[in-house]
Amino acid sequence: MSDAKPLGGRILTPTFLVCLLVIGVAGYYTYKRFLLGIGAVANLNDGFPWGLWISYDVVVGSAFACGGYVMALMVYVFNGGRFHPLVRPALLASMFGYSLAGVSVLVDIGRYFNVYNLYLPWQINLHSVMLEVALCITTYVFVMWLEFAPAFVEKWKLKKFGAVLDKVVFVLIALGVLLPTMHQSSLGTMMLMAGYKLSPLWHTSTLPLLFLFTALFMGFAMVIFEGTLSGRVYRLEDETHLLAKIGKIIAYLIGVYLILRLQNIFVRGAMPEAFSGSFLGYMFLLENALLLGGMFILAYPGYRHSPRLLFIAAVLVLCGGALFRFNTYIIGYNPGTGWKYFPSIGEQMITYGLIALEIAGYMLFVKFFPVFSAGHKSAAPIPVKE
Amino acid sequence: MTEDSGQPHARLVGVNRRDFMKFCTALAAGMALPATMAPRIAQAITDPQRPPVIWLHGAECTGCSMSLLRAEHPTVEKLIFDLISLDFHETLEAGAGHQAEASLARTIESNYGKFILIIEGAVPLQDSGIYCRVGGKNFVDSVKETAAAAGAVIAVGSCASWGGVAAMSPNPTGCVGVQEVLPGRQVVNVPGCPPNPYNLLSTIIHYLTFGKLPALDAKNRPKFAYGRLIHEHCERRPHFDNGRFAREFGDEGHRLGYCLYYLGCKGPVTYANCSTAQFGDAGSGCWPVGTGHPCFGCTEQGVGFNMPQFSTSPVLHATPNAGHAPITVERGEGVTPGAAALMAGVGGAAIGAGVVFASKLGNKEERHEDEKA
Repeated sequence: MSDAKPLGGRILTPTFLVCLLVIGVAGYYTYKRFLLGIGAVANLNDGFPWGLWISYDVVVGSAFACGGYVMALMVYVFNGGRFHPLVRPALLASMFGYSLAGVSVLVDIGRYFNVYNLYLPWQINLHSVMLEVALCITTYVFVMWLEFAPAFVEKWKLKKFGAVLDKVVFVLIALGVLLPTMHQSSLGTMMLMAGYKLSPLWHTSTLPLLFLFTALFMGFAMVIFEGTLSGRVYRLEDETHLLAKIGKIIAYLIGVYLILRLQNIFVRGAMPEAFSGSFLGYMFLLENALLLGGMFILAYPGYRHSPRLLFIAAVLVLCGGALFRFNTYIIGYNPGTGWKYFPSIGEQMITYGLIALEIAGYMLFVKFFPVFSAGHKSAAPIPVKE
Repeated sequence: MTEDSGQPHARLVGVNRRDFMKFCTALAAGMALPATMAPRIAQAITDPQRPPVIWLHGAECTGCSMSLLRAEHPTVEKLIFDLISLDFHETLEAGAGHQAEASLARTIESNYGKFILIIEGAVPLQDSGIYCRVGGKNFVDSVKETAAAAGAVIAVGSCASWGGVAAMSPNPTGCVGVQEVLPGRQVVNVPGCPPNPYNLLSTIIHYLTFGKLPALDAKNRPKFAYGRLIHEHCERRPHFDNGRFAREFGDEGHRLGYCLYYLGCKGPVTYANCSTAQFGDAGSGCWPVGTGHPCFGCTEQGVGFNMPQFSTSPVLHATPNAGHAPITVERGEGVTPGAAALMAGVGGAAIGAGVVFASKLGNKEERHEDEKA
C-alpha cells in the first residue's frame, strides 16, 4: 500500500467549480426540504413513497459504489494480488457512494430525527428486510471509512493508530466483503413486498440473486469506468491490461446473470409481456440489450483490450444494471389507478448535488491522500478536458 | 361483595351497583381520566366521611339547579342527594325559614373548612347588596361568610361566574360574579346558561376523589370541559369549511342543516364542550346548534349576554383543523416540462461527455513495461 501517493496539483479546476455550483443549488433544495418538508421539493406521494432518492441514490448508487466491494473480494478473497493498485481508488469511490446514499436516506425519511431508533435493539423488528438493509449499509459505511483509513494513516503519519489498524484491518476487509453481499441481495428482497404492483418482468423471488449479480458486475464496471477516467484525467500510467482482465470477469458474470434472468422470465411465462410492445416490455428489452452489448464487447480479447471499447462496454453495463434497478424500483412499479410520479426539479437537483459531491470529494481526496499507486506518465498529456 | 359489606349506600333505591360503576366510568371519561380511576371515584363518593356540598342561591333563575335535576343517567338526583351529600340546598331544602337557616349554620359548623360551597347566581352589590336578601342577610355577606369556612368554592352558571343575565347592561342591581366578591379565593367557574350538569358533577367528584380541583384555564374553568372551542368539534364544521351557510332562519341552508355562523353563532369564540358532550340527557343532537339555533356564547365571558345574538363573531381559527383527511387524494404529479428538460439535459450532457471521452481514448492498449516481457 505504501507505494500510493497523493497526486497534488490544482484544486479549483473547472470541473471542481461546476461540481460546487451544482452542490450549491442542491444545498438550496435540501435546505428547503428540511425547512418546509419533503412535499415542498419532491413529487413523492402515497403511491410512490420511494422515488428518485431511493431508487438512484440508494439502490443504483450503492451498486455503482460496489467497486470497493468487488475489488476487496478479488484481491483478498480470491487472492488476486495483481489488482491491488485498483483497490484504494475503488474503495474511495465506494466510500463516497455509500456515505452519500446514507445522506440521501436522511433527506428522504420524513421523520429523520427518529432515525436513531433503528439502532436501539429493543426497537428493532427482526422480520424487516429494510432493517437489514439499513443496519448493514450504515455499518458498511463505517467499515469503509476504516478500510480507507490506512490512507489517512500514511498521510498524517498516525503511527499508533496505524499499528492498531494493521491488527484489525483483516476483520474490516472481511466485513467489507460480507456486508455488501448481504445488503445488495436484500435490496432485491425489498421489492418482493411490492407483489402484483411490480410488473411480472421484474417481480420474481429470484430478485435477491439478480440484485447481487448486478451489484457484482456493476461494481467491476465501475472500476473500469473510474480507472479509465482517472487514468486519463490525471495522466496516470495505463492500466488497460488490468482493467481488461476485470472486463473478462464481467463478461462471465453477465453471461450467468442473463441465463438466470431469461430462464426465470420464461419459466414464469412472462416472456410474452416482454415482446408485447408495451412500454415496460421495451424497458425490459433495453435493459438486457445494454447488458448483452457490454458482454459482447468484453467477451472478445481484441475488443476488451481497446481502451475505447472497454470504456464503452463498462458504460453499457453500468447503464444496463442501473436500468434493471430503476425498472424494479420505479418504472415497473404501478401502485394502482391514477398514481403518477416523475422526479421534480428539486428532487433531481438534490440527487445531482450528491453526485457532484461524490465527484468533488473524489477529486479532492486523490490530490490530498495517497490513493493512486500508478505514477504519473512522462509522455505528452492526452488532451482531455478536466 | 354482599349488600351490607360496609358499602354505606348499598341500600340505595333505584341505583344498582352496575349502573353506579357505569356512572363512575362515564365521569372518569368525561374528565379524560383513565378508566382505572372509576373504582377510586366510586370509593370517594361512597365514603361516609366525604365532604358535604352546600348550595347557595343568589340573583338567578334556579335554571342551573333545574338542569341538574333533569339529568338522569342514571337518576342523577339520587346520586346528588345520596352520594354527593348535598347537605344544604336552599330551594330543595325540606325545611323553611329559620329551620333552614339553622340547618345551614349547623352544616357549616360541623364541616368547617371541608365542605364544597356551590354558588348559583350573581351577587348584587348596589346599595350594599340589599337587592338579594335571604333570612334577613344580604347575599353578599352570606357568600363571604360561608366561603371563609368552605374547602372549595364553585360558581355554577354564567351568573355566578361573571354576572350573566343578572349583570346585563344597565345592571341596575350592580350584579357581579362570585370571584369579584371573593378576590383572594380561587373560585372554580362552571359557566353556562345553564351549564351541562355533568360538568359540575365531574368537578365536584374530581375534588372528592383527588382532594384537589381539576386543571383550570385562565378564566378558572375546568379544562376538561372548557378546553376547546365549540367551533373546533362542531357537527356542522364541515359546512363551515366548505362555505355552506344558513343565511336566515328557515331558508334552504337552514333546513339542510348548514353552518349557522351567519345567523350569529358564537361557536368560533366560545370555549365549551357542548359540541361533543351535547346537553345533559336531553338526547342526541339536543344542544343549541344541533337544534338549528346559533350558539349564543353563554359560557364565554363578554360573549353571552354581551354580544348581540345575531351579529357574527370573529373567527379565532379560520383554517380547518389539520387533523381531518382530505376529501380528494393527491395522486402525485406527473412529468412537468421543467423536470423533464432538466433530466434530459443532464442525461444528454452525460452521454455527450461520454462520447467525447470515448472518442479521445485510443484503440490500442499501451503496453505496460513489465507486460512486454
